[in-house]
Amino acid sequence: MLGWLILAVLAVSASIAACNGDPGYNEEELILATTTSLNDSGLLDELVPIFEAEHDVRVKIIAVGTGAALRMGVDGNADVLLTHAPASELELVNAGDVTRRTLVAYNDFVIVGPVHDPAVIAGMRDAAIALANISALCVGGPCEFASRGDDSGTHKKELSLWADVDIDPQNEGRDWYLEVGQGMSATLTVANQRGAYTLTDRGTYLALLEDIPELVVLVEGDSRLLNFYSVMEVNGDKGRINTRASRSLADFLAREDIQAMIGEYLRSEYGRPLFIPAAGDSEKAISARGGAAD
Amino acid sequence: MELIWDGIREAARLWWAGDAEIIEITLRTLAISSAATAIALLIGIPLGAVLALRRFWGRGLIVAAVNTGMGMPPVVVGLIVALILWRTGPLGDLNLIYTPTAMVVAQLLLSLPLVVGFSLASIQSVNPRLIGQMWAMGANRLQVLWLLIRETRLGLLAAVMAGFGAAISEVGASMQVGGNLAGETRVLTTATVLETGRGNFEVAIALSLVLVVLAFLVNLVLTGVQQRRFVS
Repeated sequence: MLGWLILAVLAVSASIAACNGDPGYNEEELILATTTSLNDSGLLDELVPIFEAEHDVRVKIIAVGTGAALRMGVDGNADVLLTHAPASELELVNAGDVTRRTLVAYNDFVIVGPVHDPAVIAGMRDAAIALANISALCVGGPCEFASRGDDSGTHKKELSLWADVDIDPQNEGRDWYLEVGQGMSATLTVANQRGAYTLTDRGTYLALLEDIPELVVLVEGDSRLLNFYSVMEVNGDKGRINTRASRSLADFLAREDIQAMIGEYLRSEYGRPLFIPAAGDSEKAISARGGAAD
Repeated sequence: MELIWDGIREAARLWWAGDAEIIEITLRTLAISSAATAIALLIGIPLGAVLALRRFWGRGLIVAAVNTGMGMPPVVVGLIVALILWRTGPLGDLNLIYTPTAMVVAQLLLSLPLVVGFSLASIQSVNPRLIGQMWAMGANRLQVLWLLIRETRLGLLAAVMAGFGAAISEVGASMQVGGNLAGETRVLTTATVLETGRGNFEVAIALSLVLVVLAFLVNLVLTGVQQRRFVS
């Protein structure tokens, strides 16, 4: 019944759409799949209108988790991807799902938690050992760790840190491990309410600062906490991909003046850059420098 | 507590200033949800009447499906519509994903079962002898349907309110098939989710208040129409 209704309704909309113009590949439209955290920062609202004016293309920004954004690329449901999960991104490069991957910017993740810090991690330089501390000292209820649990880039980063110390937090009986299953600000809000630790990108933390008074930055500066944003052009072989506009967008984001804008974005407001431009640089070199700007 | 007051104050300020973006989002919300409700009424009332008045094979199944649809989670409807409309989906060639049309389709699917269910219930409660009389007096099908609509106004306006309420208040489906694009598919509910995500709780509260007041005003008008005959 429902299926029949859907078909009937879509047939009606199909006839409406058919009158609107030719169906198929749309030159003037570019679907950009990106992560909620990047979209929430507001940076794209600043940059994309400039691109649209220069190229006469309408960019549809779809903000989803990194897992979903990458999947949209694999399935050919997006033209261009802007994500922050290097290991998963390289899988797409190797599989030929995307033709080019360009590093755009980076910033860092931090581990935040309650001021009284029951797991004693404040000032640690090794993020994975800090997590090991949390897993050892939070047992029995003195503290908790709030995980995104949503297959986002931040969640993938968190899981890779747990893997570095051979801990599987999703094991049953880990009563201190909360899987929130929502975006970064919802997870920070939960952590703030429950006095839990969590891993967050610095940008979202700074944006929410006033609303999460219980949480302070406890661990930062580990090179594994660097957060790299790359733009990827979906392979045109998938059909109906706007490869020309996706290439233009990648070139645009790497352009000198736009890179400068990225570096200045909200810098004066937070007293430090939210994103450090990285076009032409490499993840390896940046990590070797310990995340210092070139 | 302070946050709540800030939110209410911010809402008042945005209204007072006639914030262009909020007005635009509000008008779009009304347009999309009204279109969905209107189509749901056009299809749903006759469908409800047929289900109420005719006995045919499979009727029970359809009524059960309608009743299930009345509690359909918006995210499920959103997922189904998105899968169909995605570029790689069966109707991907129509380029409808992330457009207001896609949102109308999703909201229509959510409100249609409510309209059918409410119409079915109210038409079924009409005395069968009255309907028999209409036929006996030589009314044609359209005339019977029209008289039924007049007779069951009370129940049908409840159907309008339920259908519109479902369409305007849902967020899951609108987010998935609309994409929350600024200036194109951003409606009050999806904008609220976005502002909450950005930590702009004051703006989120302001948007929520607009939505609630809007829903109240629409229902106030409809209730006025519904109850008019009984007051005078």
